[in-house]
Amino acid sequence: MKNKIGNYLMIAAVITAGIVVLKSCKPKDMASAVSGNAAAQVYVAPGKYDEFYNFVSGGFSGQLNVYGIPSGRLFRVIPVFSVDPEKSWGYSEETKPMLNTSHGFVPWDDLHHLALSETDGMQDGRWLFANGNNTPRIARIDLKTFRTNEIIEIPNSAGNHSSPFITENSEYVVAGTRFSIPMDNTNGDVPINTYKENFRGTVSFIAVDKTVGTMSIAFQILLPGVNFDLARAGKGVSHGWMFFSCYNSERANTLLEVNASKNDKDFIIAINWKKAEDYFKAGKGKKQNVSYAHNIYSESTHSATSTIEKEVTVLDSKDCPDMVYFIPCPKSPHGCDTDPTGEYIVGSGKLAAIIPVFSFTKMKKAIADKNFDGDYQGIPVLKYDAVLHGEVKKPGLGPLHTEFDAKGYAYTSMFVSSEIVKWRLSDLAVVDRVPTYYSVGHLSVPGGPTKKPWGKYLIAYNKITKDRYLPTGPELCQSAQMYDISGEKMKLILDFPTNGEPHYAEAIPAELISKNSTKIFKIEDNMNPYVTKGEKMAKVERKGNEVHVYMTCIRSHFVPDNIEGVKMGDVVYFHVTNLEQDWDVPHGFAVKGANNAELLIMPGETQTLAWKPERSGMFPFYCTDFCSALHQEMQGYIRVSAAGSNIPISFSTGTNIEDATAGTK
Amino acid sequence: MKKILLLSAIVAFMYACSSNTEKKEPTESGPSANDLMKDDTVHYAPDAKGIGKFTHVDINPALNAKMAGDGNGIYDLKCSACHKLTKERLVGPGWEGVTARRKPEWIMNFATNTDEMIDKDAQAQAMLELCMVRMPNQSLSDDDARAVYEFMRKNDGVK
Repeated sequence: MKNKIGNYLMIAAVITAGIVVLKSCKPKDMASAVSGNAAAQVYVAPGKYDEFYNFVSGGFSGQLNVYGIPSGRLFRVIPVFSVDPEKSWGYSEETKPMLNTSHGFVPWDDLHHLALSETDGMQDGRWLFANGNNTPRIARIDLKTFRTNEIIEIPNSAGNHSSPFITENSEYVVAGTRFSIPMDNTNGDVPINTYKENFRGTVSFIAVDKTVGTMSIAFQILLPGVNFDLARAGKGVSHGWMFFSCYNSERANTLLEVNASKNDKDFIIAINWKKAEDYFKAGKGKKQNVSYAHNIYSESTHSATSTIEKEVTVLDSKDCPDMVYFIPCPKSPHGCDTDPTGEYIVGSGKLAAIIPVFSFTKMKKAIADKNFDGDYQGIPVLKYDAVLHGEVKKPGLGPLHTEFDAKGYAYTSMFVSSEIVKWRLSDLAVVDRVPTYYSVGHLSVPGGPTKKPWGKYLIAYNKITKDRYLPTGPELCQSAQMYDISGEKMKLILDFPTNGEPHYAEAIPAELISKNSTKIFKIEDNMNPYVTKGEKMAKVERKGNEVHVYMTCIRSHFVPDNIEGVKMGDVVYFHVTNLEQDWDVPHGFAVKGANNAELLIMPGETQTLAWKPERSGMFPFYCTDFCSALHQEMQGYIRVSAAGSNIPISFSTGTNIEDATAGTK
Repeated sequence: MKKILLLSAIVAFMYACSSNTEKKEPTESGPSANDLMKDDTVHYAPDAKGIGKFTHVDINPALNAKMAGDGNGIYDLKCSACHKLTKERLVGPGWEGVTARRKPEWIMNFATNTDEMIDKDAQAQAMLELCMVRMPNQSLSDDDARAVYEFMRKNDGVK
């Protein structure tokens, strides 16, 4: 019987694959693009695990998404900068402080880039860092719990785009501002056309605690008022350096599409961060009064705290010689990627017809020889030819991003010509190209940004989906495409839809993370001030017009489940503790008319829902997460009386039963 | 989804059991579901030791009061939601008399190796059919399980 079902499944898979191939014949070249065994390569049998986790940024959703590779199956949406009613992120009292900023509660952001923590230039599977573009923030996600444990706001920044990028031992995560702006400690209320006089850019070096990962802004570097785009840390030979791409060397403040595209070359900015560290330690930095939020979620108290920090140290690049150099790079560079050896820095000018590859060794020599081409705003500009390893000729149109494998090849996405180009680092020869559908943005190779890429797959995250999937109205699903890169030729083997909008992504071998995954929170270690450790401790307390319900849940009942004595004008806090100590048994909690969301409480955790009844009457509550055969019985009532009522607080489970004779009267 | 699967598994399991009980007499492996459904006439297998790491536990005739106290604390936190200290069944059976009905090894194996016991042990499966809720694995350590057993002995009058 089992074998028969297996056979049917295989036949169905083959037929489906056949249909996919047939249907896809419509666009040109597709028949040759998908090869015969693609279905087998991406098929992960029921009950089997994927080989890699793929962490994919969620763009304007503000969240990030976790997929399996090679299957392309979605495992989880991790809420980061946006509220998420499914997980009560930003709705429960415990998580609300995570979205606090110096601008108040900001429940949305635009999450573009991810960086996995590294040890010795290799992914170590501990933390994942993500940027919020709009209200500049960096988040740290703990990969034991797949939850956002920390968010730090970045002062002196706007459009936090060139971040987060990480150094090879996670010493620093960097965050560069896209928009140059008047600094936070000056009056920003100035005419916009005083840009050249008043607007400046900064890049921030955020130190990461080696043991627990806690972030702190070590220092910022003040730079000319250009736009910072992307970055990469040096590694191996270039460890200690950070490279940022920038555009708008014209320093335009309007119609950048035209006005920031005039110069033949913009820059890659090379920063010697070891030198910056020395200047910082020597007291060269100036302390500035600023205001930024630092939010930390504790897995011990199961709640977040938000602190407003008031100071940041700024190193002015003009006061710190030998710390910053500009490398000319053609036509508004976007991607700025360092190869696994750290010797080559690949700049991708969005409007350039070539891809320049710079040599770190040559850069060091040019610096030593003072082989400069003048300066830009007081910062030495290195001679292009002195730093150049070579140019990749005729790669395609609109180069954006480059990832690497371990065999000496680079893969560059070509946005305008919708293709991926494979080229050799040693002689810069183009060796293969494949079409993407359509307008490819970021690329991801497992371990691609590290010293030792795992290779095997290349995933493209496309900007346009068009005819690839069943239409869903004006907005279509976002599209990823996966290529087998184990051979000489890249082979398209899978399309998979993603949540909007994918920018950068990283993939990591599954076992580096899965073996450490948290299964439960130990109830004994729960330090939430409102925890209820056992049903005996359940209670309801009135404090003025606040009513605190200390509630437990376990399959399949709440204690208490009958609550009376709440009055209009009260705010009811349901502090719900999940007493379960078994993996994958969360309970939910929802009460009728609540103006926020449900709670979803993990085993051993306490979460709080604040509820202000807007009318008197009877309000049912129930468990929202199917927990057992008697899940549908997991419910209760809370009675709300008029403001002047003299009904006392009372609560119970299993005892508040009508007198047996009452119904017969 | 997985919970629906679990439910389906339980339903399938119930179906399998009910058809079995129609065809087969109770075997030495344990009482039939029908026997156990009669709540007061549960057929226990008092010598069964269950499945797990506990194959022999030495019990001192006198109560270890300190250990029983620890067990009481664990009971309040992790067990009392479903088990009363009387004979009354709440979600799971009441604990009064449990140390006479079950070997310490069976109880401690059930408390520490819950899922395998429910999946394979005939007595545990019979209790599932009675109670309809899989006993949650409450992550008790070996010492926790022993302390809870000592508290059960105290509850059964051991001094």
